[in-house]
Amino acid sequence: ASEEASASPRRSRRESEGRARGQDKYSVLLPTYNERENLPLIVWLLVKSFSESGINYEIIIIDDGSPDGTRDIAEQLEKIYGSDKILLRPREKKLGLGTAYIHGMKHATGNYIIIMDADLSHHPKFIPEFIRKQKEGNFDIVSGTRYKGNGGVYGWDLKRKIISRGANFITQILLRPGASDLTGSFRLYRKEVLQKLIEKCVSKGYVFQMEMIVRARQLNYTIGEVPISFVDRVYGESKLGGNEIVSFLKGLLTLFATT
Amino acid sequence: GGVPMTKLAQWLWGLALLGSTWAALTTGALGLELPSSCREVLWPLPAYLLVSAGCYALGTVGYRVATFHDCEDAARELQSQIQEARADLARRGLR
Repeated sequence: ASEEASASPRRSRRESEGRARGQDKYSVLLPTYNERENLPLIVWLLVKSFSESGINYEIIIIDDGSPDGTRDIAEQLEKIYGSDKILLRPREKKLGLGTAYIHGMKHATGNYIIIMDADLSHHPKFIPEFIRKQKEGNFDIVSGTRYKGNGGVYGWDLKRKIISRGANFITQILLRPGASDLTGSFRLYRKEVLQKLIEKCVSKGYVFQMEMIVRARQLNYTIGEVPISFVDRVYGESKLGGNEIVSFLKGLLTLFATT
Repeated sequence: GGVPMTKLAQWLWGLALLGSTWAALTTGALGLELPSSCREVLWPLPAYLLVSAGCYALGTVGYRVATFHDCEDAARELQSQIQEARADLARRGLR
């Protein structure tokens, strides 16, 4: 539920590289750390979704010096799918997510940016729906939601569900954000919108994703939602310890007091 | 325009407004004398509202947890696509 009046400027700057005049191009940012198993699978699914829908795309892999050989796999994928579709932009060591997005965007030639997790919890089949939704409402941001429509999760036990719904409830009461899934990280942004928001955001982790939406509302950007299914960690372990909950609450209260 | 109020500020304002109204009406300050039947209801109202809010929160979260959609189909589909992906990638030369 957001107003139609959008503050986003018309596309005045056009990147001519890799994108014909007037055509939309979608850049997927994939920050990775130790995703040797999942990376080829997520890239395969992305290529499949984009090709089947005839969408112009590129995938930017930002690996933070993974010790498990993720970089090697990424190079093989670049050979298989072409370096115009798979862009490798690695970094030396594990730095934050915000800086990964900034780094990725420097090399993105698309006018829309898609951010998502590389661990197969976000399925690329939803991306054409994001794109459709974005065009339908001319939204600045389209956010995948697990909490509305036929969105949902797989692989969460009761405790995890309670924590998730409870945290979301508190967040809705305190921040009244106008979006149902604030900690979600499967989103489509206009490139200039993402750039503007990253400048303004200071938090880390879950709270970073929340802060993006809160700042977006402050700047009067419009947000659309698409229900998604979230399949929790196919490989590896899901992490939601006491530390994460504490830092989430601290971040939430900071946003409550400062925005 | 000016800087908009933070959510915290909005809450404090709202609570201050309601709180002072309630205090004024229940203590008879400002010379407002309500009939005692009104006062009897008004006096415990904040406590009742707090309890109701708590019940609403528990009920809402409980309902949402109970109706939290389990995506069995999505998980199955993903598993079969993983098999397909691995085979295809091996064909294309992924080691």
